[in-house]
Order: sequence, then structure tokens, then C-alpha cells
Amino acid sequence: MKRSSWTDYQKEIADNNYYYARSCIRQNFFPGSEKAFLNILSKDLGRDIYDDPLHTSCTGIGYHGDIVPLETIMTVVARQFALMSEAGYENFTSSCITSFGIYTELLATWEEFPETEERTRENLYKATGREFTKPKNLAHTSDVIFHHRKEIGQKAKRKLINTYTGEPLKVVEHIGCHYAKIFPKSGIGGSEFPYVLAGMVEEWGGEIVDYPERRHCCGFGFRNYLVQANRGYSIANSHRKLESMAPFKPDFIVTNCPGCSMFLDKWQYTIAEMEGTTFGQNGCGIPVLTYEEMAGLVLGYDPWELGMQMHQVDVEPLLDKMGVEYDPSAKYLGVNGKYIGKPKKAIVNSRSKETLYRIKR
Amino acid sequence: MKHVVVIGGGVAGIRCAIELAEMGIEVTIVEKQKHIGGKVRNWHKLFPSFTPAENVVEELIKRVQNCQNVQIRCCCEAENITPHQVTISGGETLNCDAVVVASGFTLFDARIKEEYGYGIYDNVITSADLEDMLNRRAVKLTNGASPRRIALLHCVGSRDEKVCQRHCSKVCCVTGVKQAMELKRLFPTADVFNFYMDIRMFGPGYEEMYREAQADYNIHFVRGRISEVSPTIDGKLQIKAEDTLTGRPLKMGVDLLVLLIGMKAGDSNKRFELSCHLRRQDSGFMQPKDSFLGNVESNMNGVFYAGTVTAPKTIGESLNEAVTAAHSVAEWIKHTA
Amino acid sequence: MINFGFSISKPRTIDIDRNNLHKSNEIIEAMPELQTCIGCGSCTATCTAGNLTEFNFRKVHTLVRRGEYQGAYEEMNKCMLCGKCRLVCPRGINTRGVVMLIKRKIGDF
Repeated sequence: MKRSSWTDYQKEIADNNYYYARSCIRQNFFPGSEKAFLNILSKDLGRDIYDDPLHTSCTGIGYHGDIVPLETIMTVVARQFALMSEAGYENFTSSCITSFGIYTELLATWEEFPETEERTRENLYKATGREFTKPKNLAHTSDVIFHHRKEIGQKAKRKLINTYTGEPLKVVEHIGCHYAKIFPKSGIGGSEFPYVLAGMVEEWGGEIVDYPERRHCCGFGFRNYLVQANRGYSIANSHRKLESMAPFKPDFIVTNCPGCSMFLDKWQYTIAEMEGTTFGQNGCGIPVLTYEEMAGLVLGYDPWELGMQMHQVDVEPLLDKMGVEYDPSAKYLGVNGKYIGKPKKAIVNSRSKETLYRIKR
Repeated sequence: MKHVVVIGGGVAGIRCAIELAEMGIEVTIVEKQKHIGGKVRNWHKLFPSFTPAENVVEELIKRVQNCQNVQIRCCCEAENITPHQVTISGGETLNCDAVVVASGFTLFDARIKEEYGYGIYDNVITSADLEDMLNRRAVKLTNGASPRRIALLHCVGSRDEKVCQRHCSKVCCVTGVKQAMELKRLFPTADVFNFYMDIRMFGPGYEEMYREAQADYNIHFVRGRISEVSPTIDGKLQIKAEDTLTGRPLKMGVDLLVLLIGMKAGDSNKRFELSCHLRRQDSGFMQPKDSFLGNVESNMNGVFYAGTVTAPKTIGESLNEAVTAAHSVAEWIKHTA
Repeated sequence: MINFGFSISKPRTIDIDRNNLHKSNEIIEAMPELQTCIGCGSCTATCTAGNLTEFNFRKVHTLVRRGEYQGAYEEMNKCMLCGKCRLVCPRGINTRGVVMLIKRKIGDF
């Protein structure tokens, strides 16, 4: 993909000693990703990262769903920062794009309107007896992986290369709106030509495809998708993106936002069941990976250990292309070898002739 | 003999120098480029008459070169200005009786509007690039083919808070109409779309030209600003805008996108303010003493303005101002002698 | 096919690439003056039908010029051909002529 200099949008990313804040929803939809992040950081890269059982949701879903007021979310966020300081950390890294957007936004709000920070300090003290220090460094976990992309590349067991053809894998990257659309300068590469995921893909041998609806939102939108009556236009956004990227024949989609990865993956199933359309090659869906799963595959992790059996769109065609060895019979065995159940047959994974993607033009 | 330093050798500076010379005043033009003639040198044809730009520039250059008492100093910049002394690159000082600042404007750098992909995607060009292509008779796509659908986008770097350019650059609307017509003449079967926020046809013959572009050239005018540009699989550019007159989003693939870049305050204006105490407006353009009776005078006696150093202007307006500035200078010199 | 209790919204974007501009080009060719519309809205302001129904002459002919024909015929049928719009048009467009032309060219699209 062509881009001018992404280095115009640089930000500082701490090299070590992170306080980790999890996402609310990722553990349900992409359950191995956060674990993989912790393993990559501590085991592969030897960094210190603290996974604190005391921290809570940032309440971002409630905030964007209009049920959590601004003052409340400010206090909750302040508590996370207080926990960070209590644990002896200064670098905050969050696994969720919406949380990242909220932390960035609130820090900017406190900067711009110091009286809101004062009020938050008061509220936090009254509610919990805690006091907080603002983080020295705030980064999304994709920023942290981006920061270590060269080191990961050096330790790579596999590249993002199609082993049948020797060609780079074609990758669609999708950064969540709240990563850089609120504060472009807080995202690597800015919002129009973001480089956080693209930098990983290019470093590990893949190729980014630019397509007409690249910058379009996946349609998640919180209150919009939460209400069934609104899902029609919510899903239509993912539909629009998928339809636009399909002619470029991407091998997979990589996202850094919990909502986007869920939407782009699960809506492919929904669209296939509703209207019979699939967007990948061979009549299947396009596999959707989180950047931790992508990094995990590059570092030689077992796909089932990464939780990739939980994807709606089967990842096996991609694993085959990458030359990943895996045990098909172990797919639905959980961590303790216990059978976790198997999904029903779905059009999006059926490769049937009827569902061959038809390019409309 | 009295001596005046004119800063900037564009059309305004040249015209002012000619007028001063004819009044028996010695003039030094300080020009930072290699040649005098300014930005009009790079233009192809001028609205609304389609007069070749070279006719205007060459005539002016010929006339100034015939003036015995005009000295032209190219490749040098004015670093410090006082009414009686101008320091130029290298530290040389020119003593004088008055100064005319005619240093013009800077073209907006379209790369700053990242969403349009200038400098990234093929076939996204600026209005200045198009003039250059017209001059070289080389209007074509990167692959050498002729465009079949062309979009021109108005107000790139004008009326835009996001790039700190709140002002209207005034001449881009009519330039957009002129260029659309030129493109249609070159490629009669191509569809040409102008995307505008407002069409500001303020000058004589402009509105008539706009109407001609609509009715006789079948140029499509869509009221809406393009919000982003992206590549399509068949090598085109997909543009998104709102067709605000129908209230619906609109998208299309185009072969060529022309960005009508605006006039930004001259790069040297900031220096003039900081080191020479000349006042600037919020827009960055220099502040004339008064908008009616003192529009070629500065806040400093003996320092005068001509042309686009104070605001976006047409060539005709700049030339008129140059004459006015010359006469104001002459009057001031006489008064102070 | 599974019913999830909602349907996928159709895009309301005017897609110039997918629209068939053939009819639109024919209309503009027959009445080039239609392209001179500057969207002032005088026609709709004075429109007998537009004051009592959703009919918006300016919007309908603009949509037709973009290749959006659906519903245009029915809309134009609301015109009472009173001719006031033609009196007020600052561009001198034969608006009644446009109504007739669009109806003739598009028919019951």
C-alpha cells in the first residue's frame, strides 16, 4: 500500500513495565488473545507486565450506550490509574480500543479542564479512599506489539507468506475508530493512513491491501448495535466493507479493536445466513485475526492455544497457506483436553458452490 | 535620485517597479527565485478571458527590463526591513527611501489534507500541477491514457479550520470553472464534476463563464465537499461526498482528481512581523493600515504593500494595487523630502 | 435463510458508477439549461404542489441528473403545471418543460 511518511505521527511507547487493563468483551469472543499478549510480552520478549485482578471494566460500553454518565466513567478510570500506581507501575496499556479512546479523551479533558480532574479526585477519594497519579505513558496493546515488531520478527518461526506460492499474504488491516479518529496524533500513522497494524504486517512479511472502504467504520457503534431494531444499518457497514475488500482477495483481516474483530468475523456468518453471500475466496468467509493471534502465529504458537477455534469464520484455510501445523482433532478440546462443543455447520464455512462470492461489477 | 526597494518580483512587484521607474525613482527588486515573474509564470491561461499567462508576464518583464533605473536582484531574500534599509541574504544592506512589500502568497501544500491522498495516489493532482501539465501539453493519466471521468475539488486549504486556513482564497472557484472547461475542451467525451461548497463568482464575466461551463460544456456541479479518496481495484480513485442538494451521500470512481489549492499567507510574513514589526492578520496575511484609504500602506510609515501579501487577489487586482502603491510611495517620498 | 429479526439496510449512497446515466444524459442534451440550476430553491418555494406535498422539483431533477430515476415519474406527476416556478427561476430554466421532458424520458421507471 502506498502511503507518505507515517513517521509524522509518532508517539512514545514505553519499552517495559506495563500495567495491563483487559477488555470486557474480548475474553468471550477471542479468548486466547489477551493470554497470548501476556505470554508474548513476558515469555517471548522478557518484559514485565502486570495483569491486575483488581481492575474493572472502564464502563466504556455503558458510556457510549448513554447509560454511564461522564463523571462516573471519569471516576472509574481514575480508580484504574490509582490501582496502577499502587501496583508500582507508570505505563498503562489497555487491550481495548474503546478503553484506549476513553483514557486518551479523559486525560485530554483533564488537561483542558483542570476542574474536572479536581472533581474526579474528590469523587474517587470519597468513593474509595484512593488517590491517583496519571500514567507516564499510555498505549494501546497494539502499540506495544508494534513497538516490539522487529524483535518479534527476529524470533519469528513463520512469516506472513503463502507457502504454496511464496507470495506475501494479502492483509486487510482495520483499526478501530476510537484508536485514531478522536485524536489522530495518538495513533501511529494517524487516522487516514494508520500504520500500527500495517507496520506489523509489513515487518512480518505480509502485504497490506488498500481498498475503497478501508477507512469506513465496521458499524459497531454501541447503542446502535445493542438495539436489535438498529442492527440493520449497523451490519450494513460491515457488509459495505467486506463487499469493497472482496475483489482484492485478502487472505485475512487483522484488527486491533474488540468490537471490530467481533463484527467483521461474526457478521460474515450472519450475512451468509441471511442472504447467502460470502466474501472470501473458494466461497468461504475471510478469516479475521486479532494482532495478538497474528503475532502468536508468527512466533509459532499453536492456533488452538491462541483460541482460534472460537472464530466464526474458520481459520484453517489461512493456517494451511501459512504452513502452520495443527491438529484438526484438537480444535474443540479446551485447555484441559475437555471437549468444548462444536458449532453447527454454517454457510460461511461450507465452501458450497452456491455461496461463491459474486463480484457485482 | 530617490531609491525604493520592492520585495518580490511577481506581477505586483514588477508592475510597481515599472510605475516607480516611470516617475523617475530608482528601484531595486529583490526576488528569492532565479527569475522574476512570480507564480503567474507557471500558469497556463488566465480567467475569465483565457488569455495566455505568458502574454501578461512577458510583457511585464519586457517593460521592466527596458527601465534604465530598475535593478533586479534574483536569488536573494529580504531578511530585515526598515523604511530606509533592507538587509538581504548574505548580509548586504540596501539603503532606500521607502520599501514596497510585494512578496505574495504561498500555495497550500495539498499533502496536509491527507484524506485526498495527494503525493500518495496516482492521478491526484493540484490545480498548479494541472497548469504545468497544460503548459507542457501533457495532460494525461500516470499510465499515459486520457481521463474519462474527472473531478475537481474546490476549497482545498481554504475555508478549513482543520488546516488553520479559515479564509476564502477567492480565485480558486473561478479557476476551477476555467480548468474544468479546459479539460472538457481537451477531452470532450469525459465527464467533468466540480465539487464545491459555495461558488463565488465575484468578478466581471465570471458568472457568465460559470453559466457557460454548465450549459454549454455540460460540466456537473455538485454542492458537497469530498471527504475522502481511496484507490479502486481497477486503478481509479473512489471519491465520497454528499450531494447536499439531494441530501444523500454520493460516491463515484474517477480517473483524475484535481485539487484546487488555496492561497496561504506568504511564508515570509511571519518573519516580517517578528523582526520588522509589521502587523499580520489572523489569517497570516499582512495587515494594511486601513481597508479603504490606506490599503497599500502598512502600520509603518515608509513601508507599503502591493498584491497578495495582504490577501488573496486576482492578477488584475494585484496589478492595480501595484500602481496605487507606486503612487503612494512617490507621494510619501515627496512629503518627507 | 435464518431470520435474525432485522434486515441488512440497503445503501442510500448515490453510486454514480452503478447508476445508468443514459437517460440522464439524454435529458441534459435535450435541455442543457437544466444544468445551470444553482439550487436556489425559488421553484420549490412557490410550488403549488410542493407546499402541500413532499414534491420538491429541485431535488427530483437533481436526482434524475445523477441517474436516480426511481419515483421521479410519480413525483413529477404531482406538478400542476401552473408555471409559477418558471416565472421565478433566476437562471431562466423552462421548468415546466423539464417536468414534461423527465416524464417523457423516464416514464414509469
